[in-house]
Amino acid sequence: MILSLRMAWRNLWRHKRRTWLTALAMIFSNVLLVFMISLQFGSYDMMINNTLQAFSGHIQVQHPGYNDNPKLRQSIPAVVPLAVELRSTLPGAHIAARGAAFALVSSDQRSLGIQIIGVEPDHEPWVSTLPGLVREGRFLKDSLAAEIVIGRVLARNLKVSVGDELTLLGSGRDGSFAAGVVTVTGIFDSGSGDLDRSLAEVPLRYFQETFAMRDHGHSVVVAVDEIDTVPTAFAAVSHEIQDKPDLTALDWNQLQPGLKQAIQADMSSAWFMYGLLIILVAFSVLNTQLMSVLERTREFGVITALGVKPRKLASLVILETALMALLGLVIGVAIGWMVAAYLNTVGFHYPGMEQMAEKFNLPDRVYPSVTFFSMILGPGVVFLFSLLAAVYPSLRLFRLQPVEAMRAV
Amino acid sequence: MTDIRCVKLCKYFQQGDIVIKALDHVSLDIEAGSLICLSGPSGSGKTTLLNAIGGLDKLDSGEIHFGDQRVDQLGKGPMADLRLHHIGFVFQAYNLIPVLTARENVEFVMQVQGVSAKQRRGKSLAILKEVGLEGMENRYPAELSGGQQQRVAVARAIVSQPKLVLADEPTANLDSETATQLMDLLRELNEYHNVTFLIATHDARVMGYARRLIRMRDGKIIADELQAND
Ligand SMILES: Nc1ncnc2c1ncn2[C@@H]1O[C@H](COP(=O)(O)OP(=O)(O)OP(=O)(O)O)[C@@H](O)[C@H]1O
Ligand SMILES: [Mg+2]
Repeated sequence: MILSLRMAWRNLWRHKRRTWLTALAMIFSNVLLVFMISLQFGSYDMMINNTLQAFSGHIQVQHPGYNDNPKLRQSIPAVVPLAVELRSTLPGAHIAARGAAFALVSSDQRSLGIQIIGVEPDHEPWVSTLPGLVREGRFLKDSLAAEIVIGRVLARNLKVSVGDELTLLGSGRDGSFAAGVVTVTGIFDSGSGDLDRSLAEVPLRYFQETFAMRDHGHSVVVAVDEIDTVPTAFAAVSHEIQDKPDLTALDWNQLQPGLKQAIQADMSSAWFMYGLLIILVAFSVLNTQLMSVLERTREFGVITALGVKPRKLASLVILETALMALLGLVIGVAIGWMVAAYLNTVGFHYPGMEQMAEKFNLPDRVYPSVTFFSMILGPGVVFLFSLLAAVYPSLRLFRLQPVEAMRAV
Repeated sequence: MTDIRCVKLCKYFQQGDIVIKALDHVSLDIEAGSLICLSGPSGSGKTTLLNAIGGLDKLDSGEIHFGDQRVDQLGKGPMADLRLHHIGFVFQAYNLIPVLTARENVEFVMQVQGVSAKQRRGKSLAILKEVGLEGMENRYPAELSGGQQQRVAVARAIVSQPKLVLADEPTANLDSETATQLMDLLRELNEYHNVTFLIATHDARVMGYARRLIRMRDGKIIADELQAND
């Protein structure tokens, strides 16, 4: 085995330049793949996290049917105690109860229909970035206070600022008339046009009173620190509520179906490009190994005459290819990793990112994801395809006739 | 000791309209332990005969027996095994694997034969010493002279004690002094280690080493005689 390995390694360096050129093609594509894939995964992570952290959280418990048809009546009872219960089930996660209703808000000058969210002032900042994005005034403090936090665009549209009063008009859960007067305590600026234009937050208990909800709410939001832990948390939540038929748990993919679709669409176009790159590399390997087999016809003829079987020679050619591909993999991953790790600390910015950044409420820098998977995925596929490309040249060895081969120059 | 018997070997080549009888009913017995020279003009069929006996080429008719075993009809795989374990080859030139040192060239075949690493090492060193290459074990073929390369090829051919070593013009690329030294070596190996050699050659001095000399012409054996040498 060691002898075959040595033989394969030395065979590679019989044509230094040719081997290096082929290895360079691999190194180049591996670096590119590592960079692109880690960037891609990094931006997906960011897209998911930022979108979910902005408001919806990773998991929500709702009344079955509320997600498809968010009516005031599709509420869940004892929403705050439920949140408390889930907090003890998932000590690592952040959990907050919410209610949601449509209402007409009026300032002195204008009226607009928006969504009013009742939130727990103590817990909401942990499941949503909106409280932290309050740029003027402050976030809600007291759970009963008649206070409201609105978005920057809404404030502009209503022509109000911190300290002004707004009137809420809507209908309560029991069909009654719901009305209230609230003071604007804060204005947030999330960068997302939708949220900034049409969302406002009031304390949950004030919300429950105003909209005749009693102890009801509409969702319990669960946010986790790492997206990978969603499935475990989801299982725990589902388990916790399994004997309550009027509750259902939804994960982020159900809450934000567009997100996964956007990622998948982006991925398939990326895979197409990567595929082309990989096929080009495979052809260069095919060419190199075919040449290398053909020029050794005589040598292989002599070895076959000695009684060595074609299988052994074929495995030698595959071994040579594997060594070359390994060289490309190791150097390629090393360089790619250094690039990705560097950008992982300083971030990466490319032109055109602003549009995406605005659409998904992202920062304008991507931090490549440096995981074993993102490092090895592309180069691993290049490695496999290189081996596949060596199959044809090695199969030719099975047709080798020693007498003819030895007559070759 | 196994003897090798060739019975009415025929091998034809079609060249345009002409059929070339490269082997025309060649019958030949090879006694174990003999050193036989095969001579004859160019195109007389020497190489074809060696290739046929070594199973490198298929016959059109005839039989080859190694002891009790008929080997001319073996399939590719079993034939390769027969060569690997029982037949050694020395060709005119380019015998060696260029990326392996002298010792590794010898070990390579042993490795394929399934000899353990420890045995390989000991045997290869011993056999290289035997053929006079002590101290050159770690040289690559390109760092050896033509004669030394042929000695490595001989060492590789005999290291696993084959029933027969086929040598096709082993001295053709060597100067006469080196050729003489190589033939001295082959005779020594034949006499002291009982290696059976069948050597095809044009070279009259090489023929002088053989106790049995076979002459071929046009695919036929025209003379098969014992000679007193030295
Ligand atoms: N593959 C082949 N196709 C056609 N004819 C062939 C082939 N191989 C050998 N021959 C012919 O068979 C005959 C015997 O050839 P062979 O090589 O056995 O001669 P040889 O005695 O070894 O000659 P030399 O001393 O030149 O090596 C020659 O006429 C040669 O042209
Ligand atoms: Mg010949």
